Amino acid sequence: MTHWLIAPILIPLLGGILQVFMGYAPISLRRTLAIATTVLMLVSAIVLLALASDGSYRVYAFGNWQPPFGIVLVLDRLSALMLVLTAVLGLFCHIYASGGADEGNRQFHTLFLFQLMGLNIAFLTGDLFNLFVAFEVLLIAFYGLLMHGGGSSRTVAGLHYVVLNLAGSALFLISVGMIYSVTGTLNMADLAVKIPQVTGNNLNLVKAGGMMLLVVFGLKAAILPLCFWLPKAYARATAPVAALFAVMTKVGIYAIVRIYPLMFGEDAGELANLGMDWLFPLALVTLSMGVIGALGADNLKTLVAWQVIISVGTLLAPIALGSEAGLSAALFYLVSTTWTVAALFLVSELVASQRGAAGDSIVTAPKMHHRTFLSVLFLIGAVAAAGLPPLSGFFGKLLILQSVEPGVEMAWLWGVLLVGSLLTLIAYSRAGSIVFWWNVDGHLETPEPMNNRVAVSTGILTCLTMLIVVLAGPLSDYTRATAEQLHDNQGYINILQTPVHVPQNPLVGEIN
Amino acid sequence: MELLFALVIGALTTSGVYLLLRARTFPVIMGLTLLSYGVNLFLFASGRLATGQQPVIGTAASYSDPLPQALVLTAIVIGFAMTAFLVVLSLRNLADNENDHVDGRREAATPPSKLEQEVSDK
Repeated sequence: MTHWLIAPILIPLLGGILQVFMGYAPISLRRTLAIATTVLMLVSAIVLLALASDGSYRVYAFGNWQPPFGIVLVLDRLSALMLVLTAVLGLFCHIYASGGADEGNRQFHTLFLFQLMGLNIAFLTGDLFNLFVAFEVLLIAFYGLLMHGGGSSRTVAGLHYVVLNLAGSALFLISVGMIYSVTGTLNMADLAVKIPQVTGNNLNLVKAGGMMLLVVFGLKAAILPLCFWLPKAYARATAPVAALFAVMTKVGIYAIVRIYPLMFGEDAGELANLGMDWLFPLALVTLSMGVIGALGADNLKTLVAWQVIISVGTLLAPIALGSEAGLSAALFYLVSTTWTVAALFLVSELVASQRGAAGDSIVTAPKMHHRTFLSVLFLIGAVAAAGLPPLSGFFGKLLILQSVEPGVEMAWLWGVLLVGSLLTLIAYSRAGSIVFWWNVDGHLETPEPMNNRVAVSTGILTCLTMLIVVLAGPLSDYTRATAEQLHDNQGYINILQTPVHVPQNPLVGEIN
Repeated sequence: MELLFALVIGALTTSGVYLLLRARTFPVIMGLTLLSYGVNLFLFASGRLATGQQPVIGTAASYSDPLPQALVLTAIVIGFAMTAFLVVLSLRNLADNENDHVDGRREAATPPSKLEQEVSDK
């Protein structure tokens, strides 16, 4: 048992607690310590990635309880990938926030670190109820971040988001209760053993529980009938928060990828592939809806928020089809799209700060400051998001298109994805040409100069898409191995046999 | 006992969902609270209903499952924190918009009632 598994949870927890007590310390000290915490977290995530890349499962049993009796953390390739993805994103958002967005709220860094902790728990846990707790931890930190900066429009969007997620939590608890009442366990590996054995009337209970879980994860991932909260909440949050938000929908997708192939996979008997035939059409409709929203967006942040929904649809379609190649392609695209969308949020905020009263609205305005730098970043982000070569979005979409086997599904997916990409491209071209090229004469007040931290973090996050292209070979090898690992349920189930180290108790001898 | 328990859960959930769909934040909070009561009772029942049983396997013919009780305890704590946050948030909404409509809208057609007037004056 390796203790490294707990590091990505402990580091932000301790760093966050430190920040709670430092609310009145000089802001430069708070920033330095907070970013140092995030860097440490990134280091621990990379260590875990190196550990996980040998393809074995590592288990950390809290209190040394043998699974399935205690809560366990499980590290596999998927968890490690998500940890690194989040840590990299978190680091750049954090650097951006330290460029000025963290002022005005003494507890910004605390909330930010606690949110990272919640995300890490969600990615590492091997227990269904613990997943619920992780969701609540990251949500309550997120509610605070969403309110950061204030303003009445933010209050209303935040209120909707909180109420919706509380209703989602209630559904999550009901479905956990249903599944527990039949199987008598909450450990995911044990559930994967018990669910295929369910028979008779109990089958319907588990089925209902499983479908309700899908609704909950769909709410987090913003699948179509449950996605209308997203553009409002994203478009009104401050940039680093919205950028970190890019990973929030991916938590829902992670949960679907983690739970459905394992518990309701091909081995699950009568419950095999539960809900997946619903998920495929919903994913395509979500994609189309996102494209329509992007075409109709009247400011850059709303445009990027709809891009989040487009990427959710694009990701879930191959996942719903359930093939190994599709899963691998989806994971590749997930890495690319998360970073790209986050970078676009940061770019939109920078554009808004340099355009005076026009903000990030897609209208003509006097020539902005730093136009060349910002337009190049926007171009890179838009090319990556729309999926044009040579950037990583193209490779992600290409892998997804290649992964579908010929048939009706292929026709639908190819049609919707290709037309959707074309329309997304139109939406970005329209927004980009109006915002960056069509200038009117007029006086623009000199805005606050862009500081280095903001410019550098946005620049690097945008250019990560090029890094993905350079490292496309190793990354796609890794995602392929991850998909293989996810399809091999026996490996995950074997964690139940993990020997738990029992230290020799010196008292036992005395009592005897 | 099962019937009574089921009816209580049903009544709590129904009224919770009804109130959740109202347009003002106060009923919405009440609705979420009732809903979470219903959910907590449901979770509790997922370990089967039994009275006077020990929570230890092997000491008697049947036992009462202690795990749902632990789950309910966690759910109560989390629900309590979330409700507190939601109350503060809706107070903020009331202060920002001088109205406790969930969309923060001002209704032009109907004049504010006496009670609302008092609240917004404060």
